[in-house]
Amino acid sequence: MNYETVIGMEVHVELHTQSKMFCRCPAHHFQIGANEHVCPVCTAQPGALPVINGRAIELTVMTGMALGCQIRPHSVFARKNYVYPDLPKGYQVSQYELPLCEHGQVVIHTSDGSRKQIAIERVHLEEDTGKLVHQGNASLVDYNRAGVPLMEIVTDASIRSADEAFAYVQKIRQLVRYLGASTGDMEKGAMRCEANISVRPEGSQAFGTKVEVKNLNSFRAVRNAIDYEVQRQIEVIEEGGTVRQVTMGWDEGAATTKEQRSKEFADDYRYFPEPDLLDVDVTDEWIDGARSQLPELPDERAARFVESFRLSADDAAMMTEDRAVADWFEQVIAAGAEPATAANWISGELFRRLKDTEAAIEDVALTPAQLAELIGLITAGTISGSAAKEVFAVMWDEGGGPTQIVEARGLQQVSDTGELESQVDAVIAAQADAADKVRNGDDKPLQFLMGMVMRATRGKANPQVVQQLLRDKLQG
Amino acid sequence: MSVTVEDVRRVAALARLDLSPDEEIQLTDELSRILQYMEKLNELDTDGVSPSAHPIPVAGRFRADESEIFSGLDELLAQAPDRRDGYFRVPRVID
Repeated sequence: MNYETVIGMEVHVELHTQSKMFCRCPAHHFQIGANEHVCPVCTAQPGALPVINGRAIELTVMTGMALGCQIRPHSVFARKNYVYPDLPKGYQVSQYELPLCEHGQVVIHTSDGSRKQIAIERVHLEEDTGKLVHQGNASLVDYNRAGVPLMEIVTDASIRSADEAFAYVQKIRQLVRYLGASTGDMEKGAMRCEANISVRPEGSQAFGTKVEVKNLNSFRAVRNAIDYEVQRQIEVIEEGGTVRQVTMGWDEGAATTKEQRSKEFADDYRYFPEPDLLDVDVTDEWIDGARSQLPELPDERAARFVESFRLSADDAAMMTEDRAVADWFEQVIAAGAEPATAANWISGELFRRLKDTEAAIEDVALTPAQLAELIGLITAGTISGSAAKEVFAVMWDEGGGPTQIVEARGLQQVSDTGELESQVDAVIAAQADAADKVRNGDDKPLQFLMGMVMRATRGKANPQVVQQLLRDKLQG
Repeated sequence: MSVTVEDVRRVAALARLDLSPDEEIQLTDELSRILQYMEKLNELDTDGVSPSAHPIPVAGRFRADESEIFSGLDELLAQAPDRRDGYFRVPRVID
């Protein structure tokens, strides 16, 4: 029997704010000592009162807008009650009945090139939990992360494969990074995913029993855990069993999903409105203020690149994948470079260097104007394509402008026939066999002879001139 | 509305409270009486009144996103009954 996979995703995104959700402690919690960014509010001292961080509300509303959600003018924080030491209050401040954003949608791009719209049920705001380290008969608690603003984005059950789930998570990461709402860094836990997974016989309308899989903390984990869990459920059904509704955790090392103990999760959170906080009422004016901060979103920007710069859809997608790259690319164009050539250099040489050095484009010394100048030198015929790669390498490694490097290293392309003639003659004399073939009308060895001339001139010869010279001498 | 002993056991389990049989009976009775007392509120006609989470009609007051390190950190951490290497130490919570 064939089965259909049904998936709903919950993505938690740590917001990129200075301070925590309800107190002035720094929200930064990576690589600092335990409990350095804590205060009476986030350690739940009696009488301490939370105050809402307006920027966290703004970033959540902006994310909701980017996801086409309706923004609630009136929303409420609620207490989600559970007893576990990762939060010291005995509850997590979250949103339940009245979330900030609802009823949106996002278009995902799957690896086979197709597009699909995924419905967003809600985007709400809550506080992150502390971290626990289990050691012997004790658990050690660090509240640096407790109270960091955490945005939760929930889809409906319209995701149909691990591939779509993967594309969805990629799209969410891209959007929150464009918005400056989060670093989206999964390795550092700034984005964490859970999947509600079920299977049903193909053609069936009724949903199967869903299993919640937590701990999907890398792109690889999203794909592998869903593939694994779908297969597991199909096997249970094929063997005549029934899938139980449980919470599982993805074990990256063992590459399996494992049932989590019910002890860790109360199944009754007794939500009620948080009495320590005022309701969140946002005016039209305030919402307009958030809207005015929205950048051009990646899909719109890619469409504009195709329209205005005549980029291919693939190039446009590559140039808009990251907002900083897109900005950089546009600066290269503004400095006068031809767009498709610029895209080529960025996705080729520049991306390779960024990958090798694990650098972000914001941090490189090379400027968009320098790349534009380099492309200009190629277009003008001053340097050859291979010399340009050498110039690029020098600009990257040692800095400096391309024109200056070309002059210092004598890399100007030689287009002068007189200068090239002796080199061409020398190659013809040394490669008599190949030369004879070309003389007899076989064009194949021509490329080889050109390569020899290019080598003899250290890549400086103008290939078109060399080719013409060879043809004139051998076939003229 | 009254509370059953099963309700009390369930809430106690959620709150990680270990109650003796006598305490279960005592709390069942006390919680039932609290609910009966609060039932007084049901006498009020609230048709046409929208639910509110707060009595204060003030909303949309947000804090600016500025951070500072809490100045009383040592004093705060010193209140923990058990600590190790800057961590709060609690009985192991998973097996």
